[in-house]
Amino acid sequence: MNVFDIIGPVMIGPSSSHTAGAARLGLVARSLLDAPAVSAEIQLHGSFAKTYRGHGTDKALVAGILGMKPDDVRLRDSLQIAAQQGLSVAFIPTVIENAHPNTARISLCDAKGNRISIQGASVGGGNILVTKVNGMSVKISGQYTTLIVLHKDAPGTIAAVTEEMSRRGVNICNFRLARASKGGIAIMTIEVDGTLQPDMQERISKLPNVMNCTLLAPM
Amino acid sequence: MSLKYDSIAGLIDAAKENGCKISELVLKQQAEEMEQPEDVLYAQMKSNYAVMAESVKEGQKPGVVSTSGLSGGDAYRMAQAVNKGNTLCGALFGKALVRALAVSEWNAAMGRIVAAPTAGSCGILPAAILTIQEAENLPERDCVMALFTASAIGMVIAKNACVAGAQGGCQAECGSAAAMAAAALVELCGGTPDMVGDAVSITIGNVLGLVCDPVAGLVEIPCIHRNASGVANAFVAAQLAVAGVRSPIPADESILAMKRVGDAMPASLKETAEGGLAATPSGKRLYQQVFGEQEPASCPSGCRGCRR
Repeated sequence: MNVFDIIGPVMIGPSSSHTAGAARLGLVARSLLDAPAVSAEIQLHGSFAKTYRGHGTDKALVAGILGMKPDDVRLRDSLQIAAQQGLSVAFIPTVIENAHPNTARISLCDAKGNRISIQGASVGGGNILVTKVNGMSVKISGQYTTLIVLHKDAPGTIAAVTEEMSRRGVNICNFRLARASKGGIAIMTIEVDGTLQPDMQERISKLPNVMNCTLLAPM
Repeated sequence: MSLKYDSIAGLIDAAKENGCKISELVLKQQAEEMEQPEDVLYAQMKSNYAVMAESVKEGQKPGVVSTSGLSGGDAYRMAQAVNKGNTLCGALFGKALVRALAVSEWNAAMGRIVAAPTAGSCGILPAAILTIQEAENLPERDCVMALFTASAIGMVIAKNACVAGAQGGCQAECGSAAAMAAAALVELCGGTPDMVGDAVSITIGNVLGLVCDPVAGLVEIPCIHRNASGVANAFVAAQLAVAGVRSPIPADESILAMKRVGDAMPASLKETAEGGLAATPSGKRLYQQVFGEQEPASCPSGCRGCRR
């Protein structure tokens, strides 16, 4: 905790968990897609489902999907901006078992038909916890520089990725692996101290069995 | 430097030992902690102060309305009264209320604000500092530095109690903001570190037990008026402390008392909108006004999104 956790963040109101955190969830979803989204389906659970309009949670989620940060003054007009940019949005209140009260499930699709989905919660004070990417279990807080590596479940892939990082003196502070099925698609979420060299993402993307590598800057 | 944020007494002792203000120690320690030069941290805090001033200005313009339509326009109304000289307690106090309402209403209208320590309580600290800056013609540097003292108080409270309404009630949210503001006011009035502690303790003592009962679950009613009340509480406590009034209960014990009171509060009074003003007939009516029937079914699948 530091002084800017107490006096900060600078954000668009009215609620750090319903707007700032929601915008961050949208941003994470957006960053997993290579191109801008053309359609978004957003399922809302718990308090998000009940109060998303009064709190502006809908606007905040869409703002994030459009790439806006939580302090972007355009956030309040994000639904109109989405319409102008050709992003169609659907909100679906739902019940997700065993989920945090402020949970959203965001499914995005780009113009080429590429799809990604995340499930995450706004856990207070603008902080988030993403718990699923494309249905696989992850744990992404967004507080550290985070690499999300989608890859084929094959021997040596983790070693190749971590070897690439250790060669550059990167210290991993959290590592998590999940897979859809044996030999199928798997996902690594790697949180590191400090920042990463700009070419790290590209280098890892080119490793054998790696399908996609996304870099999330700390939020 | 071994400044910790586990007690107010620790902050006071460190300032007395070094013969300086709490804010100076905090800036120095935070710069070391975050491995950044002091002027970078100062610049960031200064930019936060600028956002606060901007939100004060925007929030009191005519036509500010919240997303839900439940709030807006009170800061403008209060400002009109101050402009006409129509105040009960003079212009300084009237302007403090205008500023607290303005930031808080701007927050509800999806404006840009600084959480201090939360969005729900974001009007109290800017109102206190900007008002005393104008009244005493204080240099900006002193005001930005006072924010470091306020943060330090907030960090101790967050560590030993909490600053979230859902966890500790409104006492933890607007109460903490008011305690932070009182500390800043004392420092800006040239008060001693001991007086900072007294002001913090008096502030918290005055709001102990205050529940978090937002109507319709929104950060509007009664939050906006509680921000006005919070800045009043900060001025009361700071004024008493700089006049030499002592708090018989030390600040750290008041903070612990606040935590225990928060723990003892039922969930219905901690941001769930199930108790207090939210559960009154009018509170429930306003809920329906914003969200419609409790379980609407205008769509065959029971989906509320279709009604947009």
